[in-house]
Amino acid sequence: MRKVLLPSLIIIAASLLVMRIFFLQIIDDSFKLKSENNAIKVKYDYPERGYIYDRNGKLLVANQPSYDIMVIPREIKNLDTLEFCQLLNITKEDFIKKIEKAKVYSPRLPSVFLAQLNKAEFAAFQEKIRKFEGFYVQKRSLRDYEVDYGANIFGFITQVNERQIKKNPYYNSGDLIGRQGVEESYEEILRGIKGVKYIQKDKYNREIGSYKEGKYDTIAVQGEDINLSIDAELQKYGEQLMINKRGGIVAIEPKTGEILALVTAPSYDPGILVGRQRSKNYTLLYYDSIAKPLYDRGLLAEYPPGSPFKILTGLIGLQEGVIDEKTTFMCHHGFSYGRGRFMKCHGFGPHQLNNGIYNSCNTYFAQTYMLTINKYNNPGKAVDVWSDHVKSFGLGNFMGYDLPTGRRGNVPTSKTYKRIYPNGGWRSTTIVSNAIGQGEVLMTPIQLANMMATVANQGYYYTPHIIKKIEGKKIDEKYTTKHQTSIDKKYFPPVIQGLFDVYNYGTASSLRVDGINICGKTGTAENYAKIDGVRTKLKDHSIFVAFAPKENPKIAIAIMVENGGFGATIAGPIASLMIEQYLRKRITRTDLETRILNTSLKAQYAKLGGMEAGAGIESTPKDPKIEAKIKPVTTEPAPKKTTIDSTQQN
Amino acid sequence: MKNQSVKKNIDWLSVIIYSILVILGWLNIYSSSLSSTDGTYEKQLIFIALTIPLIFVVLFVDGKFYEKYASIIYVIGLLSLAGLFVFGKTIKGQTNWYSFGSFGLQPSEFVKTTTSLALAKYLSDTQINLKDTNRQLQALCIIGLPILLIVPHDPGSALIYCMFFIVLYREGLPGWYIWTGFIAILLFILTLILEPEYVILIALITIVAVYFKTRIVNRNLIASSLIFLLISGFVLSVNYVFTNVFKQHHRDRFNILLGKTVDMKGIGYNTNQSEIAIGSGGWFGKGFLEGTQTKGGFVPEQHTDYIFTTVGEEWGFVGSLVVIALFVTLLLRIIYLAERQKTKFSRVYGYCVASILFIHFFVNIAMVAGIFPTIGVPLPFFSYGGSGLWGFTILLFIFLKMDANKVNEW
Repeated sequence: MRKVLLPSLIIIAASLLVMRIFFLQIIDDSFKLKSENNAIKVKYDYPERGYIYDRNGKLLVANQPSYDIMVIPREIKNLDTLEFCQLLNITKEDFIKKIEKAKVYSPRLPSVFLAQLNKAEFAAFQEKIRKFEGFYVQKRSLRDYEVDYGANIFGFITQVNERQIKKNPYYNSGDLIGRQGVEESYEEILRGIKGVKYIQKDKYNREIGSYKEGKYDTIAVQGEDINLSIDAELQKYGEQLMINKRGGIVAIEPKTGEILALVTAPSYDPGILVGRQRSKNYTLLYYDSIAKPLYDRGLLAEYPPGSPFKILTGLIGLQEGVIDEKTTFMCHHGFSYGRGRFMKCHGFGPHQLNNGIYNSCNTYFAQTYMLTINKYNNPGKAVDVWSDHVKSFGLGNFMGYDLPTGRRGNVPTSKTYKRIYPNGGWRSTTIVSNAIGQGEVLMTPIQLANMMATVANQGYYYTPHIIKKIEGKKIDEKYTTKHQTSIDKKYFPPVIQGLFDVYNYGTASSLRVDGINICGKTGTAENYAKIDGVRTKLKDHSIFVAFAPKENPKIAIAIMVENGGFGATIAGPIASLMIEQYLRKRITRTDLETRILNTSLKAQYAKLGGMEAGAGIESTPKDPKIEAKIKPVTTEPAPKKTTIDSTQQN
Repeated sequence: MKNQSVKKNIDWLSVIIYSILVILGWLNIYSSSLSSTDGTYEKQLIFIALTIPLIFVVLFVDGKFYEKYASIIYVIGLLSLAGLFVFGKTIKGQTNWYSFGSFGLQPSEFVKTTTSLALAKYLSDTQINLKDTNRQLQALCIIGLPILLIVPHDPGSALIYCMFFIVLYREGLPGWYIWTGFIAILLFILTLILEPEYVILIALITIVAVYFKTRIVNRNLIASSLIFLLISGFVLSVNYVFTNVFKQHHRDRFNILLGKTVDMKGIGYNTNQSEIAIGSGGWFGKGFLEGTQTKGGFVPEQHTDYIFTTVGEEWGFVGSLVVIALFVTLLLRIIYLAERQKTKFSRVYGYCVASILFIHFFVNIAMVAGIFPTIGVPLPFFSYGGSGLWGFTILLFIFLKMDANKVNEW
């Protein structure tokens, strides 16, 4: 018995292996199909990509047919290269290069030889295709953009790269895939599923019918249409207002968390990334490292939020019970704290919550913040309490919205300060700049907009999202789940009154729109750049947050304009115009509109250099009415060495 | 005239099978690395050439030498493993190499031989009775020490050493060790497939059934309950270890195998690609150098641990069958030779050789064919690598030398 164990094990194990290999090699045909096989040809049927509509059902993105010439290098026979090249209008060197490239990928598998022919080119080629053995035409569908805006929202379609093919077995060389924007985040819904047909060939390479009666064939599944929550008119208007400026606008419907507009400037016409000129244009956009047209400022631009953050400071002070509406602090154009340190303020006199907000009084909020932190014996504990309140507004982390890019922003905790001050010794005065949004706090425009939506809702928000409807399907549950903040509802009305009074007595009193009660707050973010090696303070970024109408908020908005100066000069008017456009569909403050359309910051940006690189394809107004209102701008030549470094300093 | 006697008495069948495997191995390495430019198959050719002097040295050393110095050789082996903690070089996440310039040596490939020699030496004492718990513990120590040193670098290959229990069983280890081992493996697999509660339920039903089937006089309630408790404890701890101690990539390897997760992107990729490559071979394969999956470089690590995919793709089912048959013949031949040894030392050693070659052969092909978790063990004589080839060559030829010598020893 003891002698038998090992030999039996060997025989059992070997039989097991033989059985398994027999199964893999002989019984299960599916592996044979997956490997490239001489005798079986695979034909793909690419479904049409789903259309993209706006919230009101306006068609934004449709499709147009396009034809790729595919090649299987091994099967090229007796080719009249000259005729072939003439027909396709390519040079012989080009031809050789492309064939070599295809051979490197695989001599037996089809690769794209020439991509995205238009109908006329295709028709000419189709007539003679029988003469060119080894080549065939693959029909695909390309995007057809119905609008010239929203490029950052849509993203674009491109051929899959090697890495993606390896990562996801669905894709073959030459397949198209959505990149950036909703094309990326809803790729699987929009693209559908391609159909596969296996065709048996004989030894003379002739097709002799479907393989195994089509047992393994699959039918293509159409891509599904989607409705975005974007309001096309608002989006278009936002992009027009941002011409000749850099920055981002995010508008959210507070009641649902739906993104109404997501503007980044400079942007580009999405139509330029379609067809054969795609790669040339993409390169231009990609290498414009200064204007960064591919960088979605609405989602990615992290800045210290500045004054809008005072809203949270006030709310947390109320919630923690260290202030009430009547609490008064004296402001002497600022106030002294710590050892002879002084925080400047433009205000003067007694400040309570209401005029604290509309005068944007640094002293008031710094005092409130210090009281909040000093409420606890241990500043570490206090900062964590404060930090949890801030984070309950969805700040300091990825928000979980359905677009592929984002930034966390930053909300400091006790850990942050332990790292900065490893020996301790930090207290409320050390970190008081947080009170006015100038310390370690960082926010992106979409986070600012969401904060305003939360204030408008008096204490809750829905995760911002850009999807409104997927044909026949519910949108992800996480977008219909209410997030409650840690601030009680009763503390919101006094703060909202303060924000309303910003338009009555405060920094935005010149920006009122008759008949619409807007609540808002100005802000500025200091920033610096190294110009020719010298750290230079640039003009502040102009920030504005708002929601309206006060009684029943329908839109919350955040605007950031790079180097736009004080919040009320550029960002503020844009907020008023956007809100009016959305609520009323027409503009009464035409004075503001003209001023904004004629404001160009190009001269300002020219200091940073690189303005001209992508200028040729930056968004230009197509609407003749708007175009007429814009005066041409000239820029000075740019200095050479520039690196941007936007940091906060206080 | 020793040379003469070795030439006359050596088991030529084993030598021929060995040579065929090495040559087939090289042909497949050649095919799978043809497209790469880092000289893989040239290097392997050098490794193969160097085995010839190595074999001569092994055969010329006096047969008694291995038995006499088994303990010293064993200690040297252990030291070489321990040295890795200090001088080891990390390649692909595993610190099991010594590096000499462009050339690396993997001590663990040789420790299999040294451990076999030590175990054979220990058991060759006729006084040893493996029914004695003390003896069992001592034997366990000989096997356990190298495992302890290898696990930190290469947890998978520690599995190899479990095969020594088969050898111990052949030499008198009580059978219930082996049965416990089998049951543990069975329970382990069941626990991963089913929920632990079900496995415990199945165990309970089985034990109750066995309890009532035995005659009333032989029924032992305490023992049965104890076994049930042990099994439940084991199942729960397997579940605990799997969910809490294992890292995600370990879990993935099992889950993919059990079909619980389908992941073509990460860890599933290797197995999926190797199955495709083998599966595309059909009856007769695509022919030498014609393997498209092989050429396309779809299978990672194809010239080392996944070399069998090339066999499957280019030589088909027939070729795979030939390779498996060659291995089985060699293994059975070694066991046959071991059983006819005159000394206990060489018999035990022969058994060790067969066991070690067997577990490599089985785990490697089973992994490549997708019925075993991904554990990086080479296919003996086939896979690329100097250390592996030399380690297995020495392992085998020491035994062939002992076998050739047995006539003289009379």
